[in-house]
Amino acid sequence: MTVTDHSQATADTAHSHGLGTPTPDASRADRPTSWDVDTFTVPSGREENWRFSPLKDIKPMLQAEDTDGHLEWDIPTLPEGVTISDIDTAAAQERSVRAPGDRASAVAAAHSGGARVLSIAPNTVLDEPLQITVTGTGQDVRGHLLVEAGASSEATIILERKGTATYSEFVSVDLAQNAGLNLVLLQLWDNDSVHAGEVVARLGRDSRLRGSVVTLGGKSVRLNTSAAFAGEGARVDLFGLYFADSGQHQEHQLFVDHAVPRCTSRVTYKGALAGKTARTVWIGDVLIRKEAEETDTYELNRNLVLTDGARADSVPNLEIETGEIAGAGHASATGRFDDEQMFYLRSRGISEDQARKLVVRGFFADLVQEIGVASVEESLMKAIDAELDHVNEELAEEDA
Amino acid sequence: MSTLEIKNLHASVETPEGTKQILKGVNLTINSGETHAIMGPNGSGKSTLAYAIAGHPKYDITEGSVFLDGEDVLEMSVDERAKAGLFLAMQYPVEVPGVSVSNFLRTAKTAIDGEAPKLRTWVKDVKVSMEQLRMDSSFAERNVNEGFSGGEKKRHEILQMELLSPKIAVLDETDSGLDVDALRIVSEGVNRVKENTGLGVMLITHYTRILRYIKPDFVHVFVNGQVAEEGGPELAERLEAEGYDRYLVEA
Ligand SMILES: Nc1ncnc2c1ncn2[C@@H]1O[C@H](COP(=O)(O)OP(=O)(O)O)[C@@H](O)[C@H]1O
Ligand SMILES: [Mg+2]
Repeated sequence: MTVTDHSQATADTAHSHGLGTPTPDASRADRPTSWDVDTFTVPSGREENWRFSPLKDIKPMLQAEDTDGHLEWDIPTLPEGVTISDIDTAAAQERSVRAPGDRASAVAAAHSGGARVLSIAPNTVLDEPLQITVTGTGQDVRGHLLVEAGASSEATIILERKGTATYSEFVSVDLAQNAGLNLVLLQLWDNDSVHAGEVVARLGRDSRLRGSVVTLGGKSVRLNTSAAFAGEGARVDLFGLYFADSGQHQEHQLFVDHAVPRCTSRVTYKGALAGKTARTVWIGDVLIRKEAEETDTYELNRNLVLTDGARADSVPNLEIETGEIAGAGHASATGRFDDEQMFYLRSRGISEDQARKLVVRGFFADLVQEIGVASVEESLMKAIDAELDHVNEELAEEDA
Repeated sequence: MSTLEIKNLHASVETPEGTKQILKGVNLTINSGETHAIMGPNGSGKSTLAYAIAGHPKYDITEGSVFLDGEDVLEMSVDERAKAGLFLAMQYPVEVPGVSVSNFLRTAKTAIDGEAPKLRTWVKDVKVSMEQLRMDSSFAERNVNEGFSGGEKKRHEILQMELLSPKIAVLDETDSGLDVDALRIVSEGVNRVKENTGLGVMLITHYTRILRYIKPDFVHVFVNGQVAEEGGPELAERLEAEGYDRYLVEA
């Protein structure tokens, strides 16, 4: 049974497309995964998972060729129980939670020359967030990364990506029993970067993953996240925040696979768009398999369109194969920046620029808090303000 | 001493059916300390008058002028009008998700004054004003107008008016939909601000009930986009007895 329930979805039709179109795939479960690049033909743009994507930008990353570029890793002194090591391709495939799900990530894994592994030993508890920064230096880079959270470990890992790169990656995130991982991926690329990534997580029994994705920079970013439950009692919270200006394409595809009973998932993605050619895409697939009784799931996507011309696509899909669920729902809404809100704030003396800041900060505030890392919260609010300063400048130029 | 001077004001709005003329030559002068009741039937253009003064972008001013202390209000942006000393308590206050009342009030106060208020006196002022308007202190942490009851929204408007200290306030049906208790609290708030700051008030209302609590110096009957008759408080009593029918027949 395929259910696409839009009872809670509202959208400004002029700015949202594809809402409610069920995936033509028989089931989301039927999509192939493979280490073999040739399993995936070069996408034409008509495929369900590529139909909104900026193929022109991504094309170079679909060629099955080695590159010699790399990102510069800035790794702090690692706390006890945490190691970073490099392994060869065979070992990387062996230790990944599953094989890549599209051609871009299959190419990334096949041509990265092995993988880098961040490993958290069982029972390790990190008191402080561990921040790793990788910087692009204008190169063409393929990457394969493994994050392994040992049983009953507890950690916050922040992976910041900046600079300029044409970067594709396959990231495997493995949570052993009862592990708690807060993984924050910051896409703060310079505006000429292109990034195609697939992050796949497997959650062991009673494990807890908070996965946050923040995409502000880059020319084109297509970052897909999958979470699959492998043991009962686990919970995943996937948060996303994005802000697209003119010339930016930001795409996030989510897939939560409830394959075992009694697991909980929450997906919350919010985006703002400003500028005529700003473009965002959100696709949220949730599959509740026959075995996944007492599943509790909810996914939400909200987009705030600040200026004319920007376009946000939002496509939620809920596929339910069992009647025995605790709760399942989704909501998707794309709204215009509200002129009445603007008038109300300005009638209290607040300038147009500042009013826009208040409203957008308000829109993101609860989400930023959810990321749950104080240092990230602060810098994020600043980054959002900086985005808005940029928007305000652009609008002032248009008026002039 | 401030004066708001509205002369021959014409305003229209673009509708799918074409341009609709709503204000058809409004003349009105309000001085500090004065209370002018604007009374008229639904649809007569009262809110349009309020919006036109505040600068709502939907309404085009096609003729006439509005001056505040000799300054051309129609040349000012919406926020400049507020900074010049105009305040509009809206008939339907707007929700602003994610923005707390306390953040909103502080931002507005800072914008109006051109500098941040002194923290200690500000916190006290907010607290006292909220208490007098019987607003629970938890209000400050709620999002602006989100989930507020009708009465809470109107009290929140008066709270802003008190804290922002305008010269002239336009209150658009601040009394509509309030029960007697809430009406009394809101009216007391308006009277308090008038007494403390010499505020001039344009009190737009559909019902005469609020005039028992806020005494008008002048009453203007507003019909079909114009002032149809003017007088003192006695005119309100007559309206209470006779309603607006007399004017509608004439119109
Ligand atoms: N934005 C608008 N678009 C179309 N018609 C409007 C708009 N605003 C007001 N009107 C019309 O103008 C007339 C006066 O409205 P309003 O000023 O709200 O009257 P009042 O406040 O006296 O009830 C009404 O017929 C109303 O429908
Ligand atoms: Mg009205």
